[in-house]
Amino acid sequence: MEQDINIKITDREGKIHEVIAPTDMAMNLMEVVRSYEIAPEGTIGVCGGMAMCSSCQCYVLSEHELPEMQDDEEAMLSEAFNVKDNSRLGCQLQINPDMEGLEVELAPEI
Amino acid sequence: MITTDILIIGAGPTGLFTVFEAGLLKLKCHLIDALPQPGGQCSEIYPKKPIYDIPAYPEILAGDLTEKLLEQCKQFEPGFTLGERAETIEKQEDGTFVVTTNKGTQHQAPVVAIAGGLGSFEPRKPQIHNIVDFEDKGVEYIIKNPDIYKDKRVVIAGGGDSALDWSIFLSDVASEVTLIHRRNEFRGHLDSVDKVQELKDEGRINLITPAEIIGLVGDEKLSAVVVKQAQHIEKEFEIECDHFIPLFGLSPKLGPIANWGLEIEKNAIKVNNALDYQTNIPGIFAIGDVNTYPGKLKLILCGFHEATLMCQAAYQIINPGKKYVLKYTTVSGIDGFDGTRKEAPKAVVKKIE
Repeated sequence: MEQDINIKITDREGKIHEVIAPTDMAMNLMEVVRSYEIAPEGTIGVCGGMAMCSSCQCYVLSEHELPEMQDDEEAMLSEAFNVKDNSRLGCQLQINPDMEGLEVELAPEI
Repeated sequence: MITTDILIIGAGPTGLFTVFEAGLLKLKCHLIDALPQPGGQCSEIYPKKPIYDIPAYPEILAGDLTEKLLEQCKQFEPGFTLGERAETIEKQEDGTFVVTTNKGTQHQAPVVAIAGGLGSFEPRKPQIHNIVDFEDKGVEYIIKNPDIYKDKRVVIAGGGDSALDWSIFLSDVASEVTLIHRRNEFRGHLDSVDKVQELKDEGRINLITPAEIIGLVGDEKLSAVVVKQAQHIEKEFEIECDHFIPLFGLSPKLGPIANWGLEIEKNAIKVNNALDYQTNIPGIFAIGDVNTYPGKLKLILCGFHEATLMCQAAYQIINPGKKYVLKYTTVSGIDGFDGTRKEAPKAVVKKIE
């Protein structure tokens, strides 16, 4: 069986959620947030995960080595608001075993 | 006053398919959409992206799906109010509804079908503290009438297709065009990027990157923008201008529909999924991504199903007590409101000797 990993997600109100995410369901971080309803439906993953809306922007708080940013994501983040050096789009982060212990914070809703 | 049988709010795939299903029941439809073109998200966000779960289409581009749906419902002559957002709804004494848009266009129908997807697309406003003070006083988020920029000094911000395309267009209209973007790279069609490069080299577009607008200056009307440029050394300076057009894309908001007295859960409208997708207000239905019920899936194909069942209920409201049985299009053909008829070719009866 593929392993599940632990992720710590700080929601937009500052509350920390410790969740378990499967690594074998081709889920991305945005989908994990939605599956646990950590952000209300309609406020996250608006474009469905095409790196076209930035509603799943999050700040990476831990030191994990994450998959490199592709052009789509970089371009979207260059137009998004509240962007910081540690910003990523949750929809572009496929959950994998290397993400065990990942800590992220959701960017404000816009 | 525009009158119709079913007033559909939202011209995305679900709304467009409703026109077809309603047409089979001889019900006329009119659609309202905040976007200037039909297709909803399929046209606005991802027209060039493929969809793989439309039955019988192993792959279809979202833009092509919109075209096919328009073609399919064309016979039933839908009316459109585009570029306007449904704002208010009022129930009349005769049981019909009057829906008024933000531009004051009024529509009357006995049945309202909300097929609003994630809501109406609103421009994303940059976070500049005093930007609201200058809205319509030099700041526009959407270009409605390019003529107002004639011989004016215009500053555009953004890095996508609309920022590029409008910079190109306005370079022929305005006296001065400045394009500001946070990065040196733009994401847009290659042609547009090349054209902006050409206009920049000719000195017809003033390009400032990587930079952003951090403040607006003006007394009553916009007179300048404050730019922060981050190349090499960070510096701030003002650019005098008459107009500032931030083009940072659109984001959907449920908007005024949220105040129509409908039961809302998780940013969606609760409906009766056991029967007809009616909301808590009889005569108002919600179909497609905008609704919610136990087990709801936001899929285009589910919207098609919901639209079909909803039309049966609409028929009962509009034609109380009138008999009807489901017909198969293959058997009975389709009679359009435009006088056209589609039907299966007659079988050939011929003796074999």
